[in-house]
Amino acid sequence: MTDTALHPGSAFVGHEDHHHAHHDADHKPGFFARWFLSTNHKDIGTLYLIFAIVAGIIGGAISGLMRAELREPGIQYLGIWAGMLHGGAQSLDQSLHLWNVLITAHGLIMVFFMVMPAMIGGFGNWFVPIMIGAPDMAFPRMNNVSFWLLIPAFTLLLASPFFGSGAGVGWTAYAPLSTFGEPGPSVDMAILSLHLAGASSILGAINFITTIFNMRAPGMTLHKMPLFVWSVLVTAFLLLLSLPVLAAAITMLLTDRNFGTTFFDPAGGGDPILYQHLFWFFGHPEVYIMILPGFGIVSQIIATFSRKPVFGYLGMAYAMVAIGVVGFVVWAHHMFATGLSVNTKMYFTAATMIIAVPTGIKIFSWIATMWGGSLTFKTPMVWAIGFIFMFTVGGVTGVVLANGGIDDYMHDTYYVVAHFHYVLSLGAVFALFAGFYYWFPKMSGKMYNEILGQLHFWVFFIGVNLLFFPMHFLGLQGMPRRYPDYPDAFALWNKVATHGYEIMAAGMAIFFINLIWSLIAGKPAGDNPWGEGATTLEWTLSSPPPYHQFETLPRID
Amino acid sequence: MPKRMKAIVIAAGLGCAALSGAAFATPAAPPAPKAAPAPQAAAEGAGVSNTAPTSAAAPATAAPTSPLLAQDGAPATTIDPNVGLPIDGRIGLQPQVTKNGVFAHWMHNDVLLPVITAICVLVLLLLVWVVFRYRRAANPVPSKTSHNTLVEVLWTLGPVVVLVLIAIPSIGLLQAQFKPAPAGAVTLKAIGNQWYWTYQYPDHGGIEITANMLKEKDQVAPGERARTDADGPRLLAVDNRIVLPVGVPIRLITTSNDVIHSWAIPAFWMKLDAVPGRLNETSFTIDKPGLYFGQCSELCGARHAFMPIAVQAVPPAQFAAWVAAKGGQMPGTKAPSAAVIPQPGAEGSAVEAAQANAAEAVTGPADNMAVPAQSPTSAQGATGNPAGPGNAGQ
Repeated sequence: MTDTALHPGSAFVGHEDHHHAHHDADHKPGFFARWFLSTNHKDIGTLYLIFAIVAGIIGGAISGLMRAELREPGIQYLGIWAGMLHGGAQSLDQSLHLWNVLITAHGLIMVFFMVMPAMIGGFGNWFVPIMIGAPDMAFPRMNNVSFWLLIPAFTLLLASPFFGSGAGVGWTAYAPLSTFGEPGPSVDMAILSLHLAGASSILGAINFITTIFNMRAPGMTLHKMPLFVWSVLVTAFLLLLSLPVLAAAITMLLTDRNFGTTFFDPAGGGDPILYQHLFWFFGHPEVYIMILPGFGIVSQIIATFSRKPVFGYLGMAYAMVAIGVVGFVVWAHHMFATGLSVNTKMYFTAATMIIAVPTGIKIFSWIATMWGGSLTFKTPMVWAIGFIFMFTVGGVTGVVLANGGIDDYMHDTYYVVAHFHYVLSLGAVFALFAGFYYWFPKMSGKMYNEILGQLHFWVFFIGVNLLFFPMHFLGLQGMPRRYPDYPDAFALWNKVATHGYEIMAAGMAIFFINLIWSLIAGKPAGDNPWGEGATTLEWTLSSPPPYHQFETLPRID
Repeated sequence: MPKRMKAIVIAAGLGCAALSGAAFATPAAPPAPKAAPAPQAAAEGAGVSNTAPTSAAAPATAAPTSPLLAQDGAPATTIDPNVGLPIDGRIGLQPQVTKNGVFAHWMHNDVLLPVITAICVLVLLLLVWVVFRYRRAANPVPSKTSHNTLVEVLWTLGPVVVLVLIAIPSIGLLQAQFKPAPAGAVTLKAIGNQWYWTYQYPDHGGIEITANMLKEKDQVAPGERARTDADGPRLLAVDNRIVLPVGVPIRLITTSNDVIHSWAIPAFWMKLDAVPGRLNETSFTIDKPGLYFGQCSELCGARHAFMPIAVQAVPPAQFAAWVAAKGGQMPGTKAPSAAVIPQPGAEGSAVEAAQANAAEAVTGPADNMAVPAQSPTSAQGATGNPAGPGNAGQ
C-alpha cells in the first residue's frame, strides 16, 4: 500500500527536479502566488495559524465584553453597545438580544474559527506531512480551497449583526428559536457561514485521511506514526462523518426559515427535538474534534521533554480511536432535560461514562511517560503538564454531568459552562499554546523568549482558573447559562470571574509581546532545539524547513 | 531548574487548595458564611410579609376573597433565606426539598464529589511527584521503559470499577425520577411563552395563572406593581406565584407556545424543557412548605433571563383554600372550602404531617393580615385569574 501510494509524491518531486535543478528545493513563488494561490502545506498551515490568531483575538474580545457586562448584577453596557452597533438608542429587548448575539458569536468563533483552524488547519497542515515523511498534502489545491472557504465563512458571521439584528440563537441554534423565533437575514448568514466552514473542514478531512493513508514514507507503518498524526487521523474521520449531519440539520433550518418547510415545526408535523438530535450527533464528536489533536500535541511534547518514548503507544493510539468511536453514540447527554425516556437516559448515562476509560488511559500514560524520564521544563512542557491537570479537572466534572439524574440540576447552568471551558479553554487552548511554543522555533526558525513564555503560562494559568473555577460554584447555586443579568446572589463569583478574565488578558498580552519580539529578534533556532527527546521527522529538517521537504523520501526503520 | 520546580510546586499547591476547598466546603454548604443580601431580604420580608402594599399611591381595588391570600392571590409566606433561592458566596448545591432531590444531593455531595476530588488529587500528586523526582537534575539518564501490561490493564480496569460504582446510584436515581405520578396527584401544566409562564391546574376547575417577572421600582410605570423584598429577590420574583400542596405528589406537564423554554427549580432538583408540540411530564413531591425560585433554563430569546419561576408550597388545607379563592374546585369535591383533601396517592403520614403543619400555618400568617391587603397594583392581581396573555408586550 505504502509503495504505490508514494507515486504521487514521487512524481511531484521528480517534476520539480526536472524544472528547477536539484538544489532548488527552497525556491518560493512571488508574494501573491505564494500566499493567495498556495499549494504548499506549510504556507497554508501558516495562513491557518494567522487566521486562528485573528479569530481568537476577536472571540476573546467578545468574551471580554461578556465578562464586563457580567461583572455586576444589572445591565450596564449592553444598551450602549447596541446603540453603537445599530445607531441611536435601542430598546431593552434589542440590548438584551445583543447579549445573545455576543454569546453566539463567541461560541461559533472559538469553535469553528479559532480552535479547529489552529489545531487541524494550522498544526495539522504544518506537521502531518512532515511527520509521516511526505513532501506535501495529497491534494494541495484542495488544501488551499479549504483555507479560503474559511474567509467568506468568517466574513458572513462577522457581517451578520450588520444585516439585521444579529444571530442570537446560541451556537447550537436550536429550533424553533432559530426558525420562526428570529426572522431577518442575520441567522441565515450565520447558517451559511457554518455551511462554508463545514465544507472547508470536510475537504480538509478528506485531504488528511488520504495523505495519512497514502503518503507515508517507506517504513512509516500506521503503528509507527507519531501520536499527533494518529490524533489528526481520528479527528479527520470524526469531521468527515459528523459534519454532513450538521450540514443537513442547518440546511433544514434554512428551508424552515425561508421556504416553508416544517422539519422542526410541530404545527406542520415537525419536531424541534429532531434538530437537537441532529445537531448533537455532530456536536458531540465536534468536542472531540477540538480536543483530540491537543492530545496528540501533548503526547509529542511530553515524550520530547521526558527524553523517553511515549508510554503505551498502542494504548494511546487506540484510546483515541475508542474516544472517536464512542463519541458518536453519546450525543443525547446534551439533551437530558428535553424529556427523554428513562431507558434513553440510562443508555446515554452509561455510554457517556464509558468515555472516561480511554481518557483515563491517556492521562495515566502521559504521567507514565514522564515517570522515569529526565524532565526539563521548557515552556511547551509547562503548558503540557498544565494541560494534563486542567483537562483532568474538566474531565471529572464531565463524569458528574454524565449522570442523567444529576444533570437535571446542572443542565444549562454555569456548572456546564465551567466544565466545557475547563476541557476547551484550559484543555484545547493549553494544548494550542503548548504546540505553538513547541513548534514555533521549527516554523519560524527563531527561538521564542523563554522567560516571557513561562510568564505567559503562569499569568494565563492563574487567570483562567480564577475565571472558570468559580463558575462551578455559580452552577451549583443554580445560575443558568446565557444570562446577561442575574440575581444579586450570584454577584461575588461573577465578580471574581471577571477579575480572572483581566488576569488572563494580561497573560495574552505577554504572549503577543513574546510573539512579536521573537519574530523580530529571536535567536536562531537550530534544527533541533529540544535535544535527543525530539525524535519525530520535523526535527531532522532545518528550521524553518525547506520550501519543499523530503525530495528524497526518508526511510523509517 | 529549581526555580521552575518551585513554580510548579506552587501551582500544585494552588490546585490542591482550590480542590480541597471544593471538596470539604461544599458538603457543609448550609452553615457556610451567609451573604449579606439574602438575610437582609428575609428580615424585611419577615416583618412586612407578602401582603405589604407595594405603593401607597396605587389605586385600591378589590381585596382577595380570602384573608389568607396575598395580593398576588397566593397565601402569605415569608421567604426562608436559606432554602429555595441562591445565596451569594456559596459554593455548593441548594438545599433540596424533594425526596429525589435529597437523593441526588447525597449522590453528588457524598459520592461524585469525593470521587472526582480524589481523582484530581491523585493526578496532581502523581504529577508533582514525577516533576520532582524525574527532573533532569535528579534523574539525568532516562529509562527506556515504554510498556507495562499489568499497569496498563490496571489503569483501564480501575476506572471501569469506579464508573460502575457511580452508575449504580445513578441508575437508581433515574428510576426514582421517572416513577410516574399516582392517580391522585395534583397536575400542574406549565406553558412557556416569550417571556413569561402560564400555568394551568386542569384537575382543579381549570385555574389559569400567568406569571410575569416583577420589575424594580425604577422600571415600572406609575401605578404598576413593583417588586418588594417580600415578593422575592430581583429577577426571581413574579407577580403571580403558583401554589402547590406539600406532601402531595405533583404531576408536572410542560409545553410551550413558541420557542423552547425550560422549567427549572433547583431546590426540587427539577429541570424539564417546555417544547412546542410536545407534552413533557415528570413528578415530584415537595416535602417542606416554603417559597422556591427558579429561572428559565433554555435560551429563548431576548428576555430569557427575565422569566423566573416561583413556587409557593403550602399545606394541603391552604392549597384547597387557594384553589377555592381562585374559583376552582378540588377534584371530587363540590365544596371548595373543604379543609382536608384526601389524596389517594399520598402516603398517610405525609398527609397527616402536612395537615399538622397546616393547622399552624393557617394561624401563623394571619396576624399579617392586619395589614390591609388592598393594593394589588398588578392588573392580574386586581382582576383575578385566570388572566389574559400577561404583560408580555411591555
